[in-house]
Amino acid sequence: MTDVGEKTLPDGWELVVGLEVHVELATATKLFCGCANEFTSDPNTNVCPVCVGLPGSLPVINAVAVEFAMRLGRALGCEVKPSVMARKNYFYPDMAKDYQTTQYDQPTSIDGELVLGDGAVVGIERAHIEEDAGKTTHIGGGGRINDAEYSLVDYNRAGVPLVEVVSRPDIRTIDHAKAYVSELRDILLATEVSDAKMEEGSMRVDANVSVRPVGSDELRTRCEIKNINSIRSLGRAIEYEALRHVDLYGSGEAPRQETRHWDEAGGRSTPGRSKEDADDYRYFQEPDLVPLRPSAGVVAAIDAGLPMLPAARRTRLAARATVSTDTIATVVERGQDDLAIAVIEAGADADKVLTRIENDLAINDWSLVSVESLAVLISMETDGELTATQTKQVLAQLARGGGEPKTIAADLGFEAMASDELEVLVDQLVADNPAEWTRFTSGDDGDRKKMQGFFTGQIMQATRGQADGRAVAEILGHKAKG
Amino acid sequence: MSERITRDDVVHVARLARLQLSEAEIERFTEQLGDVLDHAADVESLDVGDIPPTAHPLPLVNVTRPDELVESLDRAELLAQAPLVERGHFRVPPVLGEEP
Amino acid sequence: MSAIETARAVRAGERSAVDVLEAHLGRIEAREAEIHAFNLVTEDSARAQAEAVDATVAAGGDPGPLAGVTVALKDNMCTRGIPTTCSSKILEGWIPPYDATVVTKLAAAGAVFVGKTNLDEFAMGSSTENSAFGATHNPLDLSRVPGGSSGGSAAAVAAGFAALGIGSDTGGSVRQPAAFCGVVGMKPTYGAVSRYGLIAFGSSLDQIGPFAADVADAAALFDLIAGHDPRDTTSIADFVPSAGAALDQGVDGLRVGVVRELSGGPGSVEGISPDVIGRTKAAVEALAAAGAEVEEVSVPSATLGLSAYYLVAPAEASSNLARYDGVRFGLRVDGATTGEMNTATRTAGFGEEVKRRIMLGTYALSAGYYDAFYGKALKVRTMMLNDFAAVYDKVDVLITPTAPTTAFLMGERSQDPMTMYVNDVCTIPSNLVGHPGISVPFGVGDDGMPVGVQVLAPATEDAQTFRVGAVLEAAANSGGAS
Repeated sequence: MTDVGEKTLPDGWELVVGLEVHVELATATKLFCGCANEFTSDPNTNVCPVCVGLPGSLPVINAVAVEFAMRLGRALGCEVKPSVMARKNYFYPDMAKDYQTTQYDQPTSIDGELVLGDGAVVGIERAHIEEDAGKTTHIGGGGRINDAEYSLVDYNRAGVPLVEVVSRPDIRTIDHAKAYVSELRDILLATEVSDAKMEEGSMRVDANVSVRPVGSDELRTRCEIKNINSIRSLGRAIEYEALRHVDLYGSGEAPRQETRHWDEAGGRSTPGRSKEDADDYRYFQEPDLVPLRPSAGVVAAIDAGLPMLPAARRTRLAARATVSTDTIATVVERGQDDLAIAVIEAGADADKVLTRIENDLAINDWSLVSVESLAVLISMETDGELTATQTKQVLAQLARGGGEPKTIAADLGFEAMASDELEVLVDQLVADNPAEWTRFTSGDDGDRKKMQGFFTGQIMQATRGQADGRAVAEILGHKAKG
Repeated sequence: MSERITRDDVVHVARLARLQLSEAEIERFTEQLGDVLDHAADVESLDVGDIPPTAHPLPLVNVTRPDELVESLDRAELLAQAPLVERGHFRVPPVLGEEP
Repeated sequence: MSAIETARAVRAGERSAVDVLEAHLGRIEAREAEIHAFNLVTEDSARAQAEAVDATVAAGGDPGPLAGVTVALKDNMCTRGIPTTCSSKILEGWIPPYDATVVTKLAAAGAVFVGKTNLDEFAMGSSTENSAFGATHNPLDLSRVPGGSSGGSAAAVAAGFAALGIGSDTGGSVRQPAAFCGVVGMKPTYGAVSRYGLIAFGSSLDQIGPFAADVADAAALFDLIAGHDPRDTTSIADFVPSAGAALDQGVDGLRVGVVRELSGGPGSVEGISPDVIGRTKAAVEALAAAGAEVEEVSVPSATLGLSAYYLVAPAEASSNLARYDGVRFGLRVDGATTGEMNTATRTAGFGEEVKRRIMLGTYALSAGYYDAFYGKALKVRTMMLNDFAAVYDKVDVLITPTAPTTAFLMGERSQDPMTMYVNDVCTIPSNLVGHPGISVPFGVGDDGMPVGVQVLAPATEDAQTFRVGAVLEAAANSGGAS
């Protein structure tokens, strides 16, 4: 069985996935007019002659949308090229001009790559600028498109700026497909070009899915799965589609190239109505807009303004620690890597810092945890001043209310227990429990383990957890040897 | 030179353009479009080699507008021109088929 | 009285704008029924505009450089609150919610709009016979066409219905009707006049241009409507019109080229009638007599213009006219689905010539034919740009006939599209390359109908066309054209 992450494909089959992600750009206004980029308002209120496609209107492209598109392109390692807008001609009521203004053979960005948390690389074929369509609501027939009595069209979303990021079919597992989307989302947030909310539709994912025999490098017929509304849906949709293809091939059939719609509730995809003319879009260069030719200086300025991106952040941590890539990915994804780096640079043990942050700082707001306080805390732990349990408690307190770790530890009564105090305690326990002590010193391995647990537990109880477990073990071992 | 435009081409193109043609119109357009395309044979047969295409007569580039809000249309004025309106929307007959 | 003189007199308080308007309305009343220049005479709003002009003068203010001058506006330019039809059933009754930039500029200059003029539906035609609301007749001979597509504006100026006319020129649609009606018509450099609010036909070819009874008035109108508009991406940023200032510069020492391919002689396209050839030669002689240096030049690719144009313009039109779908404005013919409604609406709403061009353009762009037709036509545009650039190294302006013949009889060419299309052979090249051209009346043909001579100049040298036009006009007026 081939592990594709969530589930498995039957032996001998390999998954081939490419993703097309539509990203809404976080501009103030639409792509070609000054209407607000805001479509939760009352229907048809953020509209003008341009975005409703009234006769005589003309588009003028939004400078910030172009800049965002180039910024995203560079963040994905793409070459930013001279580009032109094109018309994609098709009739649909929410496409106001009955053509979409998009990019075709000369997109803004080409040939990039996206590096996933585990180091896997997914090629980016292109990232191009295009306009969104309006929204059609189907009335009657339970809201299903093909049973509706009629439809209502709202053009508030028409002309909202999008970048479509098209990956190469480099994805081989469902986990990688999900990681790709979450990585892209992190890049969108880091570059501040989109709010990247998949559930609100500001990041829309279509998956091109096919399968092939393991070892083959052919690209078989793919199906494009639309209407995927979450990362979880993405995994389910890909799995369903891949298994469907395998089943078809298994019964001597083959999938048809088509667009399918993911039905999250039903856990299945259904074919879109096939349109015989659908692929004759009659693309041609948009005569109402002129080419975009960013100078080298413009691209250099965009590069200079790029923030550090997730992949570079992970590399930065990996260079200093030996923890797992998962831990590093989690810390970076949560945006806690700057804190981690600062704490490490303040002298704290790198692995300990990352482990503590991953396990014990899984919160949305850690602003009260200063670099100094965390560095001091981690050092207290590594120096044995605090036990693991105590460290977690102090950290939780720090995150809630800030403050100095030493003060908090003192307030919580976590005075570091001197080892001579511990020895006295251990002596007392040994005197009180002679039978157990004999089993510890003369029993078999099982007995020894059990009794070590017994004595440690007793001491922890007596010290209310303030004792350092390792120190207790040391004293017990030392005593046993006489 | 490509084949002369056929009746089937005309029917296909009419469907793309959302036009319903009568039998007589199909006949007539097949003939007339053929004539125009025959005339265009001088362009079609041209050896244009690596001459770049010109989509714009003037070499303008990088014309953009600032990302600044402009007042939108009054909805009542917009919808007053619509064939059919419901609750602030443009109303249309059921839409069959999927969004491309 | 010329438009310039009228404006001077109105601004000086010597004539009232209302009186000027009433004189024009009187002529409309007398002859509009037989000419049918207008789709709509806007008598009431015109009176209100004229009264406002007079009130401004009475209050000591300046109504602007076109104070009280009557203007006839081609009915493919948006006028807020006033129906705009493109002479198509599909837009019948549509009232735009915004003004075209050219309308805003003229209104601000104190002009008085007398009405919206007839045109070939969506400006597709050369005779103004393709109007859903009936043909326009040539005021000089009612059995003849006024030319087209701006035949209504040309006829309105020729009949004295308005002092000035506004047309649009995609392949000769201002210059050819000007020639047929014996008035001055000019197509500016592409990008000199804003297209915002001009209902698109062929977006990379369309330009709005002036009509007037004489060259000076046409220059004044051009200087007023030209200039940068941020709402039209293709408008030239630093264009400063200066036609008026060029009128009295004469042509002494100016290098004038006669285009062999459009001269009617050896190496020329066929179909230019002998009387038109004769008038054009006389015009060239008049320029030589005025001190110009005349030589014959060659623009080899000019012969390909007609073919290239009848691929490019319909292709762009097929996309521009997609939005007439019955959803947002204009005609709707109902159907069981939106798709059927779209088809029923378009089938009922578009006339035959529009359908023919939509079909032609859709075909030229469709999969499998793009490279052979549309793609090649764009390369021909490059060849033409190169050829014109080479010629303009040698000469300053070019002379050709405006149209191959004088105004033909109504119905004479409406059965065969190709014979209609060849009308545009001399005017089309300047649309394909975006250069300016003017048509100035220069005598009459064998049938007594006016002949127009065309002056072409390099891009942005619009003033040169008026400069040479003024010399031709003076020569014609002093008997040099006979």
